[in-house]
Amino acid sequence: MIEFLKEFWEFLRIRKKYWLLPIIIVLIVFGGLIVLTQGSAIAPFIYTIF
Amino acid sequence: MTSVLGISAFYHDSAACILIDGKIIAAAQEERFSRKKHDPSYPYNAIEFVLKYSNLKLSEVDYIVFFEKPFLKFERLLETYVAFAPKGFSSFAKAMPLWIKEKLFQKNYLYNKLKQHDKDFISNKNIYFSEHHLSHAASAYFPSPFNEAVVLTADGVGEWATTTVAIGKKNDLEIKKEIHFPHSLGLLYSAFTYFTGFKVNSGEYKLMGLAPYGKPIYEDKVKKLIDIKDDGSFRLDQRYFNYATGLTMTNDKFNNLFGQKPRNPKNEKITQFHMDIASSVQKVTEEIILKLAKSIREEYKIKNLCLAGGVALNCVANGKILNEKIFENIWIQPAAGDAGGSLGAALALWYVENGNQRKIDLNDNMNGSYLGTEYSQDEIEKELLLIGANFKTFSYNELIDKTSKFLSQEKVIGWFQGRMEFGPRALGNRSILADPRSNTMQKNLNLKVKYRESFRPFAPSVLREDLSKWFNMEVDSPYMLLVTNVNSQKTYKMTEEETKLFGIDKLNIQRSEIPAVTHVDYTARIQTVDRIRNKRYYDLISKFKEITGCPILVNTSFNVRGEPIVNSPSDAFNCLMGTELDYLVIGNCILDKNEQNQSLLKNYSTEFELD
Repeated sequence: MIEFLKEFWEFLRIRKKYWLLPIIIVLIVFGGLIVLTQGSAIAPFIYTIF
Repeated sequence: MTSVLGISAFYHDSAACILIDGKIIAAAQEERFSRKKHDPSYPYNAIEFVLKYSNLKLSEVDYIVFFEKPFLKFERLLETYVAFAPKGFSSFAKAMPLWIKEKLFQKNYLYNKLKQHDKDFISNKNIYFSEHHLSHAASAYFPSPFNEAVVLTADGVGEWATTTVAIGKKNDLEIKKEIHFPHSLGLLYSAFTYFTGFKVNSGEYKLMGLAPYGKPIYEDKVKKLIDIKDDGSFRLDQRYFNYATGLTMTNDKFNNLFGQKPRNPKNEKITQFHMDIASSVQKVTEEIILKLAKSIREEYKIKNLCLAGGVALNCVANGKILNEKIFENIWIQPAAGDAGGSLGAALALWYVENGNQRKIDLNDNMNGSYLGTEYSQDEIEKELLLIGANFKTFSYNELIDKTSKFLSQEKVIGWFQGRMEFGPRALGNRSILADPRSNTMQKNLNLKVKYRESFRPFAPSVLREDLSKWFNMEVDSPYMLLVTNVNSQKTYKMTEEETKLFGIDKLNIQRSEIPAVTHVDYTARIQTVDRIRNKRYYDLISKFKEITGCPILVNTSFNVRGEPIVNSPSDAFNCLMGTELDYLVIGNCILDKNEQNQSLLKNYSTEFELD
């Protein structure tokens, strides 16, 4: 996890996309909760986004 | 010795490839092993195959490279959702759990999967990530026979880019310009694929095949969706599309523009409307590609063009670039879709990142795209015996003689030889072959062998030396990626009455001496066959020519609709027993359908989900 955070921070720094950070933190905290409580995540069929 | 393992996965068409000292040793798509068409899952079997073929354990591989950057894709996702908010919440709510649970941690996920191949693989330090379109560009430039080329890539979307222009010089490749999501030529084409009732990501071929039956009467309406500049750059009017935020490709505004809802393939037939739509979007696509090609030719003054990305599989558009003589030479990556991304990622690492020198082969470095599995005569016979097949074994010359004779008697042959092709086209190693002179062959092959729509055309394999006698083309097309006209000396003019016919009715008119491979607009998707790339196939067609005077065979992929191309002798045998193929020729063995155990017959028409 620490390696992931380091790499992600590096990514934000190089791309100069710090403004994404609050969104990501909120997502990971809440999303993490949802995922942990829900079980499996299933991809919808359209490929554009995912 | 340095090895690079390239992987593409988790989207569609997962694949793996291996380079040793820069040479492409093996490459294969996961779908061929898993038997699920366009399989997007981790390519375990494909990786196992390329490792085994190159006699390597995973822990001995020097570099592992994935074909795109997950973080960058995540950035695009978030920014797109922010840009369109509050629209798109339902899509957002579906996408985020998937990303937060899995996709964002792709390196770790990949590492854990890779560990399954070899217990001695204990470090993720040699896992790298290329960019989606750099991978495409590298797959087009580095195997090409050019020392310098301008590289055009176009597809649905990778991370941000949907269309790029890159310049390749010696062992360097640099992306110069990009068009970003949501403006995408691939997605425009896919939107119409969806609208006409075909499956996105696999039905694009059908749309292209349908186009010649229609007239481009909706061209102006299609152009309302897209603003095309003189240099070929474009912007899509997002008010008509739903893919950026929704779970469908198009929306009500799009439907209103064309006056119909998307066709439901389960209960609605293809009508002239769909053919005219196909024709219109194909025409606009060609216009954009031609403008792009002309502008980059003028801007960079380089005479060679390389193409890749899913849009480069639009062989009709490729043929137009060729016929307009915009570039002196064109080379198209045979695995132009995402499967080829595995190859491109590995090549990009080897040349761009590591700076290794290139050795150019004038015939290209793709080995005819014969990079997949192969079976020795021994293995074939063992497997055939095991599954209860009745077969006879012949010498090389006997095999060629017999097979060509069967073909001349209008028998349909399953032809399984040598190494499997990499990419979506069968190029004479995993092919169904037939006589192109037969007037009923196209219909029969479609309905009785491939179980697919009767409008779909078949492609010819032609001896390289006879190419220009039969088709309006003078350059090699070994990968079946260029469409051109049948030579007018070989075609029959339509009567006035016949020209008035619409749509599928045109199919029944004999259009040329080789009606099975002449599309309704007198075009054909050419594969040139030469002795160097595929000797056995070359010898077969030569013998067929000796008997019939015709140096051409119908070549279609060895599968039925919805099934991946056959990979093993058992797959081929199953296909023989489930369709109206007459013979299976596999290695030096010939199997006569009539001599097989009737209890082994299969019902293949419902075996695979329709694509």
